[in-house]
Amino acid sequence: MNKKRRMLGTLAHNWQLWVMLLPALAWLVVFVYAPMYGLVIAFKDFKPRAGITGSPWVTPLLKHFAQFFSTNIARNTVVNTLILSLLTILISFPVPIIFAILLNQIKRSRIRRTIQTISYAPYFISTVVVISIMNVILAPGSGFVNTIYTTITGNSPLLFTSRPEYFRPLYVISNIWQSMGFSAIIYIAALTGISPDYYEAATVDGANKFKRILYIDIPLIMPTAIIMFILAIGNIMTVGYEKVYLMQNGMNTVVSEIISTYVFKSGLQNAQYSFATAVGLFNSGVNFIILLICNMVAKRTADISIF
Amino acid sequence: MAKRGNRAEGLSAAGMRVKGSLSDKIFDMVNFFIMLAVLICIAYPLWFVLVASFTDPEIVNRGKLLFYPTKPFLGGYQRIINYPPLWTSYINTIVYTVVGTLVSLATTIPCAYALSRKDMKGRRPMMFLFTFSMFFSGGIIPLYIIIQNLGIYNSIWAMVLPPAVSVYNLIVCRSFFDSSIPLELLEASKLDGCNDFGFFFRIVLPLSSTIIAVMILFYGTAMWNQFMNALMFMENQNKMPLQVILRNLILINQASNLSTDASEVIMRQKLAEQLKYAVIVVSALPLLVAYPFLQKYFTKGVMIGAVKG
Repeated sequence: MNKKRRMLGTLAHNWQLWVMLLPALAWLVVFVYAPMYGLVIAFKDFKPRAGITGSPWVTPLLKHFAQFFSTNIARNTVVNTLILSLLTILISFPVPIIFAILLNQIKRSRIRRTIQTISYAPYFISTVVVISIMNVILAPGSGFVNTIYTTITGNSPLLFTSRPEYFRPLYVISNIWQSMGFSAIIYIAALTGISPDYYEAATVDGANKFKRILYIDIPLIMPTAIIMFILAIGNIMTVGYEKVYLMQNGMNTVVSEIISTYVFKSGLQNAQYSFATAVGLFNSGVNFIILLICNMVAKRTADISIF
Repeated sequence: MAKRGNRAEGLSAAGMRVKGSLSDKIFDMVNFFIMLAVLICIAYPLWFVLVASFTDPEIVNRGKLLFYPTKPFLGGYQRIINYPPLWTSYINTIVYTVVGTLVSLATTIPCAYALSRKDMKGRRPMMFLFTFSMFFSGGIIPLYIIIQNLGIYNSIWAMVLPPAVSVYNLIVCRSFFDSSIPLELLEASKLDGCNDFGFFFRIVLPLSSTIIAVMILFYGTAMWNQFMNALMFMENQNKMPLQVILRNLILINQASNLSTDASEVIMRQKLAEQLKYAVIVVSALPLLVAYPFLQKYFTKGVMIGAVKG
């Protein structure tokens, strides 16, 4: 009884802090946890009029999941999602690190800062604009990429946006273009934090720049990199669907349809709410499990984890 | 003992010139070219689009444009000025960004402060609730249903409320308060009879101009560039933000037709591509022009987040 009174007492003592917390907490409940509860409709037959709680349970409970896995679309979208995410992570992940290491070697700080500022300009450009720029510069007649290509090789212009084989490379490249500078900021910050004594000692021992990078920069940047890597893996199944959606067109769906875009189309455009929610739940669930595994592996091997 | 100056020259302790200095020079040269390539890859597409928007479509369509407007042409911009849906959406975006940023500031900053206080009893569980949402979510369909149920579908609140709090930003803010507001300050003001509200509004906020600027930058950028939310939660074309109209114009070639006169049609074909460049410039320019001035806050914000995140 005393403990309860004491707890309420300290809660009341902080009441003003709780009031400050309240708007964000209310937001959390309404826009994060209520939708999480709404996931139950994956096991129901959702009827808008009945609402989430009023809709009847579907029999068998896993009907929507079974329905999804029985289609070809399931295999295609899962494969596309995995390939796209793995490609993105494997290729886009090292690039900011390498860039940061190289940039750190530039001696003149004014040049270094100018390069860095220009490098993250693309971050402020919206996805829509990035894809638009990409489309116009890759256009068959007017885009400079094709102009250069046709001038050099004399072949007819490459149809970048309509052929499926260009979709994945373009996706990864546009990803790198947009996020390299921004992602590099964290690594640059970590690198500037390295004590110059290390470099001095290494130079005294006769190490050149390359060796100094290999034996000082890279090991000391590893902890940051691993955490960023885990976070990136945590998003593996929810890979930027806005960009994929914008890059999709009738001709490349065989590689461009990923789980998230499929959820968007079947749920919001075709109003198959329960079904789409089930697919989405599958997506989030697998995502979460992969994240847990990566976190555990990192914890065991490098003693670094996010939780 | 190697002196400081020797470091740049790669001299070893014995003062002998080490092989390192030649490979260092090669390294620096290669680095120079790599950086140059990076700058070109980033800046040239942007420059190309800018120049193309001012150049005669004949030249652009035949791929003759490379570095500067060989035949200046303002028709694209003139056409845009006469295209109301673009400007309506521009205004929409400005409204959404301003309102959204204010809402986000009002929810995130007080909450971050409360969570930074060590004497806040429910701190750990609250933090867990917030961070968990970064790793697992209900997805877009349940969110859509909630928005319908709340009756905010197709209103400004459907644009502003769902993204109101970014847990990442919340953590960055909290780290800032953790490291910048000394406990002594709080204790001293409590002795003077100041309560939590008073301390927050009269002492913490004035000291937090940096983090507030960072939050305005992060939230403002996110809100300005919003696209998917509008597609999901808005219906009226005249409430759509800039990104949606942009996408309609450029990616799916859907512009409201203004006339069917034959010469108009030909003119419109000629201008169709032209329009794209001008529209891109008009929508990307504000942020691209503004960001260099705010970069001090930007890099600081990312670093604060990295250290404690």
